[in-house]
Amino acid sequence: MFASVGDSMLSRGMKDAGNVSIHRLPDLILAIRDPWIFVGIFFLLGFFAAYMTALSWADLTYVLPATSIGYVLLAFIAKFVLHEQVTALRWFGILLIAIGVSFVASGPELTSHHSGQDPAASGPELTALQEQR
Amino acid sequence: MKHAYTWTAIALIVFASVTGDVLLSRAMKQVGDVGKLHRHSGLLKVMARILRNPYFVLGIVAMAVAFFSLLFGLSWGDVSLIAPASASLTFVGNAAAAKIFLHERVDRRRWIAAALVACGVVFLAG
Repeated sequence: MFASVGDSMLSRGMKDAGNVSIHRLPDLILAIRDPWIFVGIFFLLGFFAAYMTALSWADLTYVLPATSIGYVLLAFIAKFVLHEQVTALRWFGILLIAIGVSFVASGPELTSHHSGQDPAASGPELTALQEQR
Repeated sequence: MKHAYTWTAIALIVFASVTGDVLLSRAMKQVGDVGKLHRHSGLLKVMARILRNPYFVLGIVAMAVAFFSLLFGLSWGDVSLIAPASASLTFVGNAAAAKIFLHERVDRRRWIAAALVACGVVFLAG
């Protein structure tokens, strides 16, 4: 349950952060009074809060690849909202990221010490962990 | 010379952001599950607890260093080199740092994920 809530928060945060950063990059210095900057800072704070929340219950090596799904969202925003040209090479990069994220998402989110509630974290992987320690 | 500055900046960005991520992750593990804490004691107390954590403060400092290193790097090199190079190296660096310093179990699946995302980021900038 937490995973789904967190993922939706994360994707929302990344989407907002990504969306705004497009507008942020070119006029980073000049347009400090631009309303986009305020919105951008607001959304970046939102992303940061979501990121911290996710880190409080999941491993860094889980959260970080998961946040990179934002790159994928960014590409879709660039294509459909901003009507940018997204090249084949970029779609390939996006595909690689998506595969990477699905890899990490299929695993346990925490190097676990809680008692077997999460079926993904129990079983042979958990015993391997205990042996390692 | 310009080349050397650019790559120095990339190295600085990667080092600082990996340090920051590790510190922030450690801080949040110490703070505990924010969702549960929030339900027990309210948002303000959770925020106070996070802000008082020394690792959190250090992590923010490291992130600030990373940001200014990025600005420094951008004044010397192209954004199309610096942004993807530092982002992808940060993914791989974080996997190693999380294993060493946070004792996370970085299995083959996570290494592959980090590598795939790192490659993807490079392609995205290409």
